[in-house]
Amino acid sequence: MAETLLFNALREAIDEEMARDPHVCVMGEDVGQYGGSYKVTKDLYEKYGELRVLDTPIAENAFTGMAVGAAMTGLRPIVEGMNMGFLLLAFNQISNNMGMLRYTSGGNFTIPTVVRGPGGVGRQLGAEHSQRLEAYFHAVPGIKIVAVSTPTNAKGLMKAAIRDNNPVLFFEHVLLYNLSEDIPAGDYICALDQADVVREGKDVTILTYSRMRHHCLKAVEQLTKDGVDVELIDLISLKPFDMETITRSIRKTHKVLIVEECMKTGGIGAELMALVTEHCFDDLDVRPVRLSSQDIPTPYNGTLENLTIIQPHQIVDAAKQLHAGTI
Amino acid sequence: MTQADMSQAKTSQADASADPTDVLAASGAPACSGDVSAVGLHAERLLNLYPSTPATVSREEGLLLYRDMTLGRRFEDKCAEMYYRGKMFGFVHLYNGQEAVSTGVIKAMKMQHDWFCSTYRDHVHALSCGVPAREVMSELFGKETGCSKGRGGSMHLFSKEHHLLGGYAFIGEGIPVALGAAFTSRYKRDALGDASSDAVTAAFFGDGTCNIGQFYECLNMAALWKLPILFVVENNKWAIGMDHNRATSDPEIWRKAAAFGMHGEEVDGMDVLAVRGAAQRAIERARAGEGPTVLECLTYRFRGHSLADPDELRAEAEKEFWAQRDPIKRLGAHLIEHSLATAEELKAIEKEIDAEVADCVEFALAAPEPKPEELTRYIWAED
Ligand SMILES: Cc1ncc(C[n+]2csc(CCOP(=O)(O)OP(=O)(O)O)c2C)c(N)n1
Ligand SMILES: [Mg+2]
Repeated sequence: MAETLLFNALREAIDEEMARDPHVCVMGEDVGQYGGSYKVTKDLYEKYGELRVLDTPIAENAFTGMAVGAAMTGLRPIVEGMNMGFLLLAFNQISNNMGMLRYTSGGNFTIPTVVRGPGGVGRQLGAEHSQRLEAYFHAVPGIKIVAVSTPTNAKGLMKAAIRDNNPVLFFEHVLLYNLSEDIPAGDYICALDQADVVREGKDVTILTYSRMRHHCLKAVEQLTKDGVDVELIDLISLKPFDMETITRSIRKTHKVLIVEECMKTGGIGAELMALVTEHCFDDLDVRPVRLSSQDIPTPYNGTLENLTIIQPHQIVDAAKQLHAGTI
Repeated sequence: MTQADMSQAKTSQADASADPTDVLAASGAPACSGDVSAVGLHAERLLNLYPSTPATVSREEGLLLYRDMTLGRRFEDKCAEMYYRGKMFGFVHLYNGQEAVSTGVIKAMKMQHDWFCSTYRDHVHALSCGVPAREVMSELFGKETGCSKGRGGSMHLFSKEHHLLGGYAFIGEGIPVALGAAFTSRYKRDALGDASSDAVTAAFFGDGTCNIGQFYECLNMAALWKLPILFVVENNKWAIGMDHNRATSDPEIWRKAAAFGMHGEEVDGMDVLAVRGAAQRAIERARAGEGPTVLECLTYRFRGHSLADPDELRAEAEKEFWAQRDPIKRLGAHLIEHSLATAEELKAIEKEIDAEVADCVEFALAAPEPKPEELTRYIWAED
């Protein structure tokens, strides 16, 4: 066991998988000589050469489509979105060809690809670099969506995503790359479709993902002091949701709080709320509650930015009200 | 003189002219009012085309080309009939008139070795690749025996077995996929050390598609990495109702290759031997690791954009000009003239094709529908 930074955990995963299978390759902007804008592919260019770690021109839709064609003909590409927001330019290829092509081809082709990169609201990066694409891509059929939150799950999920034969959209978070913790040594895999029960509790279930896991953990410290026993679940898989784990928890706590960083309208929480209502209506003591970012372009100003996304104190307040039945 | 030299000559001549406005007048380029003559600018381009070296074919090759083009034509005619009889639905884009391109390029490539990528106008490309007519017609009828299991339809024909990367219904989105297949060829050779990896990919698309970003993005990457790919432009002058000359700053698409430092060639797309000759040169370069080519084939579609298009915009004189250059008749005449086949032999082929087309319809009509309980099958790799 050794302390590993999250970006290095991802790098280790990619390195190990590239060593294990020569068909695994990386493509994207500045992934090669520069080592990736967050250093997730540092030194891999020297180790594996310019074809396996391919520096592409700035042409998101075309190089994503190229990854699709490469996957259809036997390779297992990992596409880096320098910032996940830039993949708005690749929406065509991700939706039509990564997501739908296996189906429209009647099973002729499989598209084993990983599309990974930093998402989420950073620190005063401005509206365009602070987008949460997971919500925009959520309706696309045929793709799996995961969001990592710790060095341990980053590594295990990256390895699983690379080995999966389906397209996986893999969300990292700009503010989590320097998280550090002891991670298991060597080859370990996390299931792509399993939520992580971060903390067991009996009073209120909190469902969250990505960076908000850490905001929730802060809130849980306070809530524990205040006598609220939270069950904290990191969704990990945003598509499909691990409804088994979610349902089991709600049957125990009868109260659910959803905490997310994406916008409220058409967000991950919106879909989750609908599913919780469908699956767990009779188990709920109070209506499910959702804490989401404001429906606005993320402002540059630091104070306004903080007001845009959910803060730990809001989680504390909402959980207490849920617990007291006063919401 | 190569095509590149030729254009150079044309350009320098123009440059030598004293008054630049004279050049514009002489070229007949209108401000934006469409064609100047009855047959149109596209036809004039064909008439002024510098002849390229055509392929020479043996009797067997000639008959194979004739058979493939005839199959393409008769299959499409049958599709129109079936569409109007209510046997197929949706948008159906026929290929009549353009057969020399599909046959000229694909039959110059290695079946089940090289890769092919098409658009929504994909029936005939699929047939040239070797996808059985039964599988293509079944797909158009939405049957389980279709090459895409009835899930794709006319615009989404796929066959991994026949290396058909697919029909793509959005403009330009197939080009990057084709580029990816070409990348795999190079990757296998240079990263995996497989010296036998020499597959070439052909991407087919229209004139209108040459105005979208993905086309240029892919030209850049293909040239940059010397990928074994042919960008086959089927310039039929029209993008639904948009005249090519009203849509693009330089209608000579093959010239755009030069900006990316790659080979470009224009060819009479109504002459299968001319297309085959140009394709053979491009394939040879690609296989030798010398990189990509833009091959612009001047052609014309004999029918409307799709079976839903009333085709009211195109001038009769223009249609007539191109109809006289029917690529199948032209090949037939060539084969007879060069004593490679007799008229009777060609007739016999046509009869065989008619039987094959009738058989595929019968097969498709009797074929089973996909099972309702398999509605969600093929979403994931595991099922
Ligand atoms: C992205 C996108 N925009 C618009 C369309 C609608 N559309 C279908 S075919 C077509 C014209 C294409 O013309 P061209 O590339 O010349 O090919 P052709 O139909 O002549 O074979 C258009 C605009 C589409 N399919 N995809
Ligand atoms: Mg056209």
